Amino acid sequence: MNEIGTASSSWAIEARGLTKLFGDHHALRGVDLRVSKGERLVIFGPNGAGKTTLLKILSTLAKPSAGSVWLDGIDIRNKPAQTRRHISLVSHQTFLYDDLTVYENLKFYGKMYDVPDLPQQIKTVISWVRLESRLHDRVSTLSRGLQQRASIARAVLHNPSILLLDEPEVGLDPHASTMLRDVLGNINSGNRTVMMTTHDLERGLELGDRVIILDRGRIVYQAHKHEIDTANFRRVYDQYTVID
Amino acid sequence: MNDKHVLRSNVLSGLGLVLMIAALYMVFIYVPTEKHTGVVQRIFYFHVSIAWVSFLAFFITFIFSILYLWKRTMRWDAIAHASAEAGIIFTTLVLITGPIWAKPVWGVWWTWDARLTTSLVLWLIYIAYLLVRAYATEPARGARFGAVIGIVGFIDVPIVFLVVNLWRTQHPTTIIFEGGLTTSMLLALLVSIAAFTTLYVLLVFQSACLKSMEADIKYLRSVQAE
Amino acid sequence: MKSLFIKIFAIFWKDLLTELRTKEVVTSVLVFALLVIVIFNFAFSTGASMPELVAPGVLWVAIAFGGVLGFNHIFTVEKGNSRLEGLMLCPVDRAVIYWGKLAGSITFILAVSLVITPIFLALFNLPLLLPLLALVIVLAALGFATVGTLFSAVAINTRARDIMLPILFLPITVPVIASAIKVTALILAGSPWNEMLIWLQIIIAFDIIYLVVSTLVFEFVIEE
Repeated sequence: MNEIGTASSSWAIEARGLTKLFGDHHALRGVDLRVSKGERLVIFGPNGAGKTTLLKILSTLAKPSAGSVWLDGIDIRNKPAQTRRHISLVSHQTFLYDDLTVYENLKFYGKMYDVPDLPQQIKTVISWVRLESRLHDRVSTLSRGLQQRASIARAVLHNPSILLLDEPEVGLDPHASTMLRDVLGNINSGNRTVMMTTHDLERGLELGDRVIILDRGRIVYQAHKHEIDTANFRRVYDQYTVID
Repeated sequence: MNDKHVLRSNVLSGLGLVLMIAALYMVFIYVPTEKHTGVVQRIFYFHVSIAWVSFLAFFITFIFSILYLWKRTMRWDAIAHASAEAGIIFTTLVLITGPIWAKPVWGVWWTWDARLTTSLVLWLIYIAYLLVRAYATEPARGARFGAVIGIVGFIDVPIVFLVVNLWRTQHPTTIIFEGGLTTSMLLALLVSIAAFTTLYVLLVFQSACLKSMEADIKYLRSVQAE
Repeated sequence: MKSLFIKIFAIFWKDLLTELRTKEVVTSVLVFALLVIVIFNFAFSTGASMPELVAPGVLWVAIAFGGVLGFNHIFTVEKGNSRLEGLMLCPVDRAVIYWGKLAGSITFILAVSLVITPIFLALFNLPLLLPLLALVIVLAALGFATVGTLFSAVAINTRARDIMLPILFLPITVPVIASAIKVTALILAGSPWNEMLIWLQIIIAFDIIYLVVSTLVFEFVIEE
């Protein structure tokens, strides 16, 4: 079922027939997706819908059981290492080393990504997430909200063209959550494609240009923001994610 | 199991049965009693045959582990796994028949000679292989880990043999036979090896088929449930 | 090529920094190795009038078992905050992660060995300056580290991960342990160089073989 085809590089992300099996559980069942460059796509869905699995496959952390993915036109099976330069993942795990300082963490990831002019770039991203005062503190001393901001700094350090966010607001108090939204606004300069999964219908609708609902491994709803009645979206969501 | 499988299974069973009866006849009746060590020596034919199969089994696991990592065909993983399960049974038998032979002949239950020690280490590597598969967090991971151990472990076996062999040359070697094997003994040995090898192939074949079927059922259930 | 080296060193450096700040691994393993030696002294002192006979075995048991304890940490430190996934997101071949971790493992076991050995020699009243012994330790440490790093990655993804690593590690490293013990015995007995050569060659062969095999096989271990 694996298609070896070509994709045009006009799409930032293209996925065809993505399927993922864990043992005997189908996490994803034939997902087709196309994301334009610079588009902001938001994915809603209940727990177990496959949102995290989808992002893991798109970020090359997991291999699909079937289907293909192209990032900026490159098939991730061909050049997995190279495609990873184009993407970045923010999840509720920070990927940061607790016993190292924020600066040391960024330096490490900067080296791994061959970031040019690293010290300057670190300064830049730190100013975006407004963590200048805590730059040389150990990550373990930061609150969860600040750690998440540091994680975002890590994510944009290498200037990825595609930013993937997996429920980034989880575990953040409302104040930190607002900060997060501001930070996402800050870093989104340029033509960065953003794909975010979230439970927060309101915030998601604020952020996204296009909305998808994923349920039990399938896309059950797709619409552009201007087509959506944001006030009543909750009803739409419930309608498409019927609970057994 | 389709008809081809059933046919293959029956042929193997039949062949195995014939060979085993022949082997039993040859070992217990046809071959003369060895003059130095007596009746107990007859276990040698079984011991060597079983030892041969135990190493063959790990070699098969090694080959199919590589193939599985290369092509990811589930069937090949099933064969690697089945071969390891058969292999550990045979290795356990080696470790049992060894002392049974050694005690009356040399007066000791165990000698740390190259062959027995290597069999013991092989047994431990088999255990590691099976445990890794059993304790992996998911079956797919278990298959991959097993394949890695199958490869890494098999490469180790000749090195272990070499080391233990070198180690033991500092000690007096135990003499297996004075004089060589007569033709009748050689014949009995070959028949015995053939019999046990056929038994091994049958075991692996049945076991691998079963594993494949189990995997298919799981998959069908998952598709049906959703 | 230089870029590869920078990345391997980056991984090594961050592990080193972490260990220096937490001091989790090296100190506890050192204490453990020392305890092994002490207990073995009681195990063997009832009959052994010639400590040189048992000494090599005791040393290498202490190093091997201490090593196994420590190797567990190589990848468990990457468990928190999903850091292993963070590493896997980086645009590098998986083998680079292996080599970065390997550098840390080698340093760890060398540190433990080179500290525990003089203590061991003193406790057994053996001469303290033995450059050949240092050579064996380096070669054997490399062998332990290649296998230990690979299996650490396997073990973290299994249940019963603490017991899984010794079960995997010890049978495979039998050739290294045995050869190291042999060479150590020969060194302590003052034997000529050519007697030791074959054993050293075995360890070197083991090192090279497993360096290559582990590098090739590592990606299959950490992919999801």
